[in-house]
Amino acid sequence: MPTLKIPTPLRSYINGQTEVPVSGTTVEQAMQSLMTQFPPLRPHLTNRAGQLRPFVNLFLGEDNIKDLKGLDTPLGPDDILRLVPSVAGG
Amino acid sequence: MLPELSREEILRYSRHLLIPEVGLDGQRKLKASSALIIGTGGLGSPVALYLAAAGVGHIGLVDYDVVDESNLQRQIVHGTGMVGRLKVDSARLRLLDLNPAIQVDAFNEPFTSANAMRIADPFDVIIDGTDNFPTRYLTNDLCVLTGKPNVYGAIFRFEGQASVFYAKEGPCYRCLFPEPPPPGLVPSCADAGVLGILPGTIGTIQATEAIKFLLGIGSSLVGRLLLYNALDMSFEYVKLKKNPNCKVCGPHPEITGLVDYFEFCGVPGLDHAEGSLGAGWELTALQLAKKLKRGDKIRLIDVREPHELAISRLEGAQNIPLGELAAHLEELDSAQEIVLFCKSGTRSARALEILMSAGFRKVKNLRGGINAWAREVDRSLPVY
Repeated sequence: MPTLKIPTPLRSYINGQTEVPVSGTTVEQAMQSLMTQFPPLRPHLTNRAGQLRPFVNLFLGEDNIKDLKGLDTPLGPDDILRLVPSVAGG
Repeated sequence: MLPELSREEILRYSRHLLIPEVGLDGQRKLKASSALIIGTGGLGSPVALYLAAAGVGHIGLVDYDVVDESNLQRQIVHGTGMVGRLKVDSARLRLLDLNPAIQVDAFNEPFTSANAMRIADPFDVIIDGTDNFPTRYLTNDLCVLTGKPNVYGAIFRFEGQASVFYAKEGPCYRCLFPEPPPPGLVPSCADAGVLGILPGTIGTIQATEAIKFLLGIGSSLVGRLLLYNALDMSFEYVKLKKNPNCKVCGPHPEITGLVDYFEFCGVPGLDHAEGSLGAGWELTALQLAKKLKRGDKIRLIDVREPHELAISRLEGAQNIPLGELAAHLEELDSAQEIVLFCKSGTRSARALEILMSAGFRKVKNLRGGINAWAREVDRSLPVY
């Protein structure tokens, strides 16, 4: 199963976990799996039309999925997807 | 023509002069160079100290806050004796004590669209050490529009990010984050806390990147985002690419001048307002005390994290952390008067939005949170 790494600001919505196993063979399926497991995350990650919000950046390895095939980017069972958050603290 | 170094400067910088990548010419470059540091807080402190120590000849400091006790756990440019003084004055004195040969300009004013161009104009490199999204977007756009590098750092609890956004050579901040998150999604350090050393680590990386840029040495973080996790002690990188549709650095920019960044980020203005919702949805600590004293039946809900209850608590309050509130709505009675509170009013303002969107109308936010209660009603409680 692919793994999704969750940054600190969103961990309160996933019972404090740092990563979540997700099902699916594409990034889109993995995100749906995440939000189905943790519905309170959904409004933070998607807009009313169900699209990922612009500040949500997903990286597969070192690459932003926007530079790959976007939500259609294929995922293997050992892949690690990383959500990189927008943080402002200084 | 680079400035000469005095005998005293040659001695002071001898460990730099010994490194071939710096040497006498590099040190003269640093003496001729300038850096503007936006914010003299957690990130700005180590950046300012190291750039001053390294001999960057002209340093600008922008901040409009005063030094507070709660800053000292991480804002190492300030000392206990400076509590209550302007941060820029406190930092300037410290930097000149460290290195009297440099010029330090203090700008005790908010960094805004109205003054950013004027303030930044004389500086070679801009360091983003701010604590809010509007100033981060302002700093980015300013750097893109003026062709200056933006040495970026940001922190949250145990995690930090660093990069160099330099549109001449790579992506800008907007390429990665075209829009800010909605207000309230990402808590500030004041609400969520931060490991005091974390800004030291990230700020020191920013200072390193600034020095490398000014000297023209090494491989910079342009096109890379460093992700640091202090708990795991991990340093990882992801690649950043220019967004061809970027509204400020793309080939067809929509943003050709500085805009209203508070409006863009959907947050209130410059007064560090915390959870200000308008009078109808708020009550003060004194108003709440009066209601409780006369026996009003109020359900008090503390939306802080459980570990914060060890610091201070209100008698009779029920703890439902903000992240769990949505799952507990069925336990709440919309006919009963509810007062929400947190540390300072920000998280409870978000909680109020959640309850309102679920149809609750008899609900109010305690303005200023339990800290306001500790200041105005029960002085036996600590403020944190």
